[in-house]
Amino acid sequence: MSITTPNTPRPDLITFTMPLTALLAAMFGFVGGNMIGQPWYGALIGAIIGAAVAFIVENNLSRRTAVRWGLIGAFAVAGFIFGNLGTAISGAIVGAVLGWAGYWLATGKYRAGVPVYYTAGQTLWHNAFLLICGFIFFFLIAPLFPVMWLSFNAQDFFTFTPEMLNFQAEGYSLKHYRDFLGTDEWMVPLKNSLIIAPIATVISVSLGTLAAVGLSQSHVPGRRAMMAILISPMIVPLIISATGMFFFYAPLGNWLEATLGLSQTFVGFVKVILAHAVLGIPFVIITVTATLVGFDNSLTRAAASMGSAPLPTFFKVQMPLIMPGVISGALFAFITSFDEVVVVLFVGSAQQQTLPWQMFTGLREQISPTILAAATVLVVMSILLLTTVELLRRRSERLRGLSPA
Amino acid sequence: MLAADGTPLKASLGRALRRQKIRALALIAPLLLFVLLTFVVPIVSMLFRSVENQIVSGTLPGTVVALESWDAGSGGIPSEDVFQNLFFDMFNAAEAKEHTKLGTRLNYENTGLASMFRTSGRSMDDVGEVFQDAIEDVDDQFEDGAFWFAMMNGAGGEDLLRERLERWVDLTGDDMRGDVGFVPSAEIVELLPTTAAAYTDFAIWTAIEDEDVVAEEDPWEAVYAALVVDLENPATGTAIAAYEGEGAEALQAIAAAEMPKADFTAAFADLDEDWANTDVWKTIEVYSSAYTTGYFLNSVDRELTPDGVELRPDNERLYIKLFGRTMWMSMIITLSCIILGYPVAWLLANLPMKSANVLMILVLLPFWTSLLVRTSAWKVLLQQQGVINELLVWLGFVDDANRLILMNNSTGTIIAMTHILLPFMILPLYSVMKTINPTYLRAAKSLGATNITAFRRVYFPQSVPGIGAGSILVFILAIGYYITPEIVGGTDGVFISNRIAYHISRSLNWGLAAALGTILLVLVLALYWVYDQIVGIDNVKLG
Repeated sequence: MSITTPNTPRPDLITFTMPLTALLAAMFGFVGGNMIGQPWYGALIGAIIGAAVAFIVENNLSRRTAVRWGLIGAFAVAGFIFGNLGTAISGAIVGAVLGWAGYWLATGKYRAGVPVYYTAGQTLWHNAFLLICGFIFFFLIAPLFPVMWLSFNAQDFFTFTPEMLNFQAEGYSLKHYRDFLGTDEWMVPLKNSLIIAPIATVISVSLGTLAAVGLSQSHVPGRRAMMAILISPMIVPLIISATGMFFFYAPLGNWLEATLGLSQTFVGFVKVILAHAVLGIPFVIITVTATLVGFDNSLTRAAASMGSAPLPTFFKVQMPLIMPGVISGALFAFITSFDEVVVVLFVGSAQQQTLPWQMFTGLREQISPTILAAATVLVVMSILLLTTVELLRRRSERLRGLSPA
Repeated sequence: MLAADGTPLKASLGRALRRQKIRALALIAPLLLFVLLTFVVPIVSMLFRSVENQIVSGTLPGTVVALESWDAGSGGIPSEDVFQNLFFDMFNAAEAKEHTKLGTRLNYENTGLASMFRTSGRSMDDVGEVFQDAIEDVDDQFEDGAFWFAMMNGAGGEDLLRERLERWVDLTGDDMRGDVGFVPSAEIVELLPTTAAAYTDFAIWTAIEDEDVVAEEDPWEAVYAALVVDLENPATGTAIAAYEGEGAEALQAIAAAEMPKADFTAAFADLDEDWANTDVWKTIEVYSSAYTTGYFLNSVDRELTPDGVELRPDNERLYIKLFGRTMWMSMIITLSCIILGYPVAWLLANLPMKSANVLMILVLLPFWTSLLVRTSAWKVLLQQQGVINELLVWLGFVDDANRLILMNNSTGTIIAMTHILLPFMILPLYSVMKTINPTYLRAAKSLGATNITAFRRVYFPQSVPGIGAGSILVFILAIGYYITPEIVGGTDGVFISNRIAYHISRSLNWGLAAALGTILLVLVLALYWVYDQIVGIDNVKLG
């Protein structure tokens, strides 16, 4: 993106590297000193240590790996002497950051991302901007980690115990996972979710794909209005959809039970599945129409000119090419149903209790950290889904690269 | 010009186009139908429910008609005729156990009516028993259900039967199908109209709801009261003297005897003195029409009083504040999403594809993670013994006794929802920024613009559509959020959605829930329309 010069003069130790490293270390010192009530002494000691680190780095530029590991080790040991395993780990982190920052400053790598003509202020701003972005990414991702960590808690608390923070084995256990996998309280909702979500997905994908194919043809009267209606389940707040369905589906269910003699449980599932199917439709429409934009219609014409009927053409020519869009739409629809709680709370009854429902009641009443075990399982699942979608997107791009659009 | 098959080219092309249109519509039709049936119709039914108010006229049909002649401005209570109708309506309602529902409904408008209806409904039997005892003392044939049946049954009263059946349908909401096994005789309907109506009500309920044989059951106390009411009419006395049908002698004996006076005004005032309160009657009159604006007025902290629309008392005003808070907090959340999303989107749009894709995963992972997982994550982080407080206490920045209150207030809701909705800001911003040519910025700088000027005058204006798209999307999603405010919002951080859910599942004031939902829906649809105009719904992208 930008031009870097290998010949940038290395910054000066006394006027640049040492003060900045000292400043960084002083901040760590301030925080560390604050723990024992002496922030300013901490900052002073930190500054001295930082200056020393800068000096060591400057004189050992070629032994980068060794020095950085040495710093990590030294700080970890110092942390352990003054505290416990927790402070040792904090020390190791501080050591790693200081070592990295020292070399980053001393070798001039901090200018690697900016054009040579940038002034010092501009370079500072560029790096500060990257730091800000780093914090935002941290804000996005970090909240998920305490959940996964806490799900191994040996206690029935939502909070970290001292044993957990000191990494003692007795602080950890798999009991919440055993609770999650071994009790009906969680397995029945999981089973219900796994019944409802796939069926709802099949309905939304089959109807949605057909409609998307129709919508992407050239002359569709009232296309905009129909699109607005089909996308509306995504836009209308869930609470309103749930309220409307609550009023409408209850008499519908009673009628089904009375006239067709269906069992209450079955009718309950039908209601929830229909509700979830309609909520998943916008996602299918959006992803499939997006794929169809890149679809080359001369391919279907070519198939027709060689005597293929419309239906085989659709399944043999069009379908394989738009498959990535269909599958990612299906994944969206699946996750929408699998993750949905408001509508099922209003439309379903106890027999249709789903996993999110169980989590929601658990969170509201704060029963047990088994919720966190369930959450961890769901995070792992979403990672798998994300990977699938990403791979599909790449495949779609590759296919589109082959066929001239 | 002709096409290959000899038809004019224009017609042939027109036909091809029409066929294409029909094929496209045929593909869309199943889904459109599905969405209309399972989504649009339920929402329209909700709109309907927000103005529907059949409960007063359904539960007290006779009273509502009789009340039309009452002048609310006169300051007096309604006439005896109204109270008489009220007795028979309430008697039926109490048999069907519908009077408490009406009490609950009217209690939304005038507190105290719920208990008044509940206790009065319970005592309707006692009011009628006075007349039953008096009649049975004169002639004990009236204790016998079969005697009553023989006297009342006949032919020609089908109109009355149909009319009373319709009232029961309105009252109970059941379809009341089945054979009553009873038709009031035309002669009796003529002679004793009130009694015939009361007995028909009894017969319908006994046959259809209790599934008993009418002739084997003793009539309700209301039937005896109706007989007394009929006999108070001087014309009835002479007509009975000339009557020769079934039970004529017994009726003539009753007509000759001294009966207790039918004074329902006094009877109701005895049950609850509020029945003699004109305000109560004004409330009933105001809500007696089949459709009401009452729920909507309630949603904006107003109420329909006999003197017109008025602001509710201070301690009952809630919803304007709640709507205001929902809008205000959604705006703060949208603003924080812009502030946090803009730099990230800029970075993603300007990095080389390979590293941008890696960083994109960090945006998409929370997007794909279950909402409940993220909400529980924030509960773990924000609570008083949570990760953030523990860390701050450990580092000595916060005193152990004065931990920060980050949860169960609006702070918690704003932090958690900003995190949850941030991807919805980053993704549209990114897709807009991706199309901005980076050379414009360099050109501006090469012409002497400072970094800030170049950004402000060249880059930022081009990214505004992205900000608009992202903001509307985030705002629409935020304004209707339920789960996260419910879990981390406590009482200060809840949205209007939480109130709707409360009215659906706890207070059971469904009309108000529907009205609040309708207002929220109108707000969201207006924003949706704006979004469609600015961005176009076709351009919504996911991932």
